[in-house]
Amino acid sequence: MASGAVNAEIVLRVSDLRISYSTYAGEVQAVRGTSFDLRQGETLAIVGESGSGKSVAARSIMRLNPESNTIVRGGEILFEGEDLLKLSERRMQAIRGPKIAMVFQDPMTSLDPTMRVGRQITESLKKHLGMTGNAAKRRAVELLKLVGIPNPGDRFRQYPHQFSGGMRQRVVIAIALACDPQVLIADEPTTALDVTIQAEILELMRDLQARLSMSIILITHDLGVVASSAHRIAVMYGGKIVETGTVREIFYNPQMPYTWGLLASIPLPTADRSQDLIPIPGTPPDAINLPKGCPFSARCPYTMKVCGDEMPEVTRFSKDHWTTCWLHHPMAPKVDPPARVGGRH
Amino acid sequence: MFSYTLKRLVNAFVILVVIATATWFLMQLLPGSPFNDQKLTPEARAQIEAEYGLDDPLLVQYARYMVNLAQGDLGNSYQYSGKPVMEIILERLPVSAFLGTQAMVLGVIGGLLLGVIGAVRHNSLADSGAAFLAVLGVSIPDFVLAPLAQYWLAFQLGLFPPAFFESWWHSVLPSIVLSIEIAAVVATFTRTEMLEVLSQDYVTLARAKGLSKVAVVARHVLRNSMIPLITIIVPLAAALLTGTLIVETVFAIPGIGEQFVRSIQVNDYSMIVGTTMLFSVFFVASYLIQDILYGIVDPRIRVAGHRE
Amino acid sequence: MQTGNTQITLTQDHFEPVKTNARDVEVLSGPPVGFWRDAWRRLKRNRIALVAGSIIFLVFLLAVVGPWLTPYTPFAQDLERQYREPSLSGFWFGTDEFGRSMFDRVWVGTRVSLYIAFLATALDIVIGMSYGAISAYYGGGVDNVMQRIIEVLVGIPNLVVIILMMLILEPGIIAITLALTITGWTSSARLIRGQVLRLKEQEFFLASRSLGAGTYRLIAKHLIPNVFYIVIITLMFTVPSAVFFEAFLSFIGLGIQPPNASLGALINDGADQMRFYPYLLIFPAIVLALITISFRLLGDGLRDALDPRMRK
Repeated sequence: MASGAVNAEIVLRVSDLRISYSTYAGEVQAVRGTSFDLRQGETLAIVGESGSGKSVAARSIMRLNPESNTIVRGGEILFEGEDLLKLSERRMQAIRGPKIAMVFQDPMTSLDPTMRVGRQITESLKKHLGMTGNAAKRRAVELLKLVGIPNPGDRFRQYPHQFSGGMRQRVVIAIALACDPQVLIADEPTTALDVTIQAEILELMRDLQARLSMSIILITHDLGVVASSAHRIAVMYGGKIVETGTVREIFYNPQMPYTWGLLASIPLPTADRSQDLIPIPGTPPDAINLPKGCPFSARCPYTMKVCGDEMPEVTRFSKDHWTTCWLHHPMAPKVDPPARVGGRH
Repeated sequence: MFSYTLKRLVNAFVILVVIATATWFLMQLLPGSPFNDQKLTPEARAQIEAEYGLDDPLLVQYARYMVNLAQGDLGNSYQYSGKPVMEIILERLPVSAFLGTQAMVLGVIGGLLLGVIGAVRHNSLADSGAAFLAVLGVSIPDFVLAPLAQYWLAFQLGLFPPAFFESWWHSVLPSIVLSIEIAAVVATFTRTEMLEVLSQDYVTLARAKGLSKVAVVARHVLRNSMIPLITIIVPLAAALLTGTLIVETVFAIPGIGEQFVRSIQVNDYSMIVGTTMLFSVFFVASYLIQDILYGIVDPRIRVAGHRE
Repeated sequence: MQTGNTQITLTQDHFEPVKTNARDVEVLSGPPVGFWRDAWRRLKRNRIALVAGSIIFLVFLLAVVGPWLTPYTPFAQDLERQYREPSLSGFWFGTDEFGRSMFDRVWVGTRVSLYIAFLATALDIVIGMSYGAISAYYGGGVDNVMQRIIEVLVGIPNLVVIILMMLILEPGIIAITLALTITGWTSSARLIRGQVLRLKEQEFFLASRSLGAGTYRLIAKHLIPNVFYIVIITLMFTVPSAVFFEAFLSFIGLGIQPPNASLGALINDGADQMRFYPYLLIFPAIVLALITISFRLLGDGLRDALDPRMRK
């Protein structure tokens, strides 16, 4: 589990974010009132299935959603005293790179195939730090070394297709780190990689975080990744955050059926092979026709009548741990989480 | 890279040989001999045939034909009383080349602009307008456009001279007409390619670096969009060729195209066949240029030496 | 500790559990649609394609019944009524230098042009598909040889072949069709070969074979829909190109000869006399342009609608 101060100041605050995009079939509400904080030096993991809205939320922080069909329906994103949703494109360009940087999912398509790798790093250095020629090259080579690429001097001149998947992802991280950003957003950085490479990349990121004291938002659907790398977790479903807390709190004391489902479906290396894997039945909600109440109500094994009709109220368990679920209402029946969940390492 | 180029050159040469052979073969099937003039007596005809070696065995004729071809001898023209075909071609080539180049430049620049605007301002009025113009440009054939342009802009409005090639100004209207189809093809293709590229991850990453939109387009989008553009070099060459034939005929420009059409009407076989060989060389050359450009532009070939 | 702003007052009744059946949840919120219906729905939304389709239909209709709509015929000459301007009471499209009704000639010409285009395209597809299917099915050495042949053929410029062929054959419908077919079949061959190769590699092909399923059933179920898609799209784009080529050939004198009519021949005549009688050129030109544009637009629309990857 990652270590680090959890009481530090807030670096980024997302409040009631609402983002939709228009398609030929109608308006898709991707993010429906999401709020979370990112604190200095921590790694916040946003966990959810595909379609939960986590990527859209993350990209909204950097305003990287496609302009032609993205609609900001509300909310604010506070960073260094400004609302990022209201800034001009020009101001955003000054923030992207030097202050907030991003690492994408698929290293095979994230790099421009026709440009040398070194140049893709120096582009950033030249624009934001005003570096020129040799100084930029030296810094770029340093960065390549920092992310663990052997022979950085030679590699500088090479093209992306000459690197393996894992190496390319390291390059993408180097590009992100070029201008020393405060916040790094990693959108499923290891999903497209082999299991062994995944571990390497995660370790690299933990290492870099400690060295450069960055704050990281880690987006993933894989709880295993979360366990090793994150301090706090936010669980997203159907465009909303349904539970959030520190890693200990979520893993040892989860309070929401969807979280239980996620935890129960992780295969344990020590588990008895005769036990079935328990997937969560059903499919993600249709993002155009969303239920009025809790988005998980259709698939939840503990659904009650009120769940589909009304959004649950927020229940707080500690400073960092809260959830939105009707099971915690005093009038609700007492329910225990399934045996496999809770109290596990 | 070098071995790649060599291979393509050899390939081109082989194809030219095949075409020349096929052409010669078809020539043998042409109805009537070139000297099928009624006024000749059978003896005179026999004498001429012997003189031109038309009574030698086929293989010998073939060999002679190929050797002549290699030396640039395409036979003599019938309608110009024995003037060598090659000479006539060389006389008229500069005119067509000038017209064609001017049209190419106009068309490619215009098309690129239209395509880029369409892609960058996707789904806007400008985009729909540009796309519509492009479809029109591709669908309305030159032989409709040319006479219409001649009628309205030259005859009715008197903006341009309607025919002949006495000054540079005379070449403007024909070049514009010729460039329209080219521009339409280039525009459609550019727009499609750019839209495709704009949706790629690496473009989002470039934006995530905080680069300005202009920088993103100029440095990442354009280069990746241009590569597929090389694919249309050959269709463009074809459009240029057919267009030249038509435009020169309609505007009475003394180029190769006009000569070719006239040769068809008077059945000047040597001229027709000779010009066709020229067209073949032109096409094969454009294929070759396309392949070589691929080699230069795609770093995967440049570095690895072969196409994946 | 609870926070929130629920509008209604909650009763114990609200907290009754609701049985969720896992199977119910699998049902998507909209009614499921079959492949064809989905494609048709998508096509319907594309208004441009629909307009294009209607235009094509109209042109076809007129090509068939056009000449019957007037009391005149396409070939009857009458020098007394030469060069009449188009008018609604007299000749709708005017007359040419021989006094023939342009309306009739245009539609007869359209018939010829469309006939050539479709015939050539059909032959194209049949020959190409057979070649490609055989090549891919047998694979190995046979495939290699057949592909080499195609490579060489593709390198020979279409225009050159067409011109040479027109020189030796007597200009006419058969000649043009032949010339167009010879130069056009290679693309269908390649497309089909790609499809069959892909099919061969798919696992269920092997699985079915090991279960003893007939090859014919396989082909029917998997190959046909893909092939259909390819055929339609190829058709949509080859037809206008064939119409164009035929018109082009007629324009330079290698195509349909007078007094027969085709769109290209008519445009050629019209272009010559355009200075004084522009209507001779304009009507056949408009029909040609309409055909070309409509096929292209409809082709684009069909391609988007039928593309299996774009299904929602």
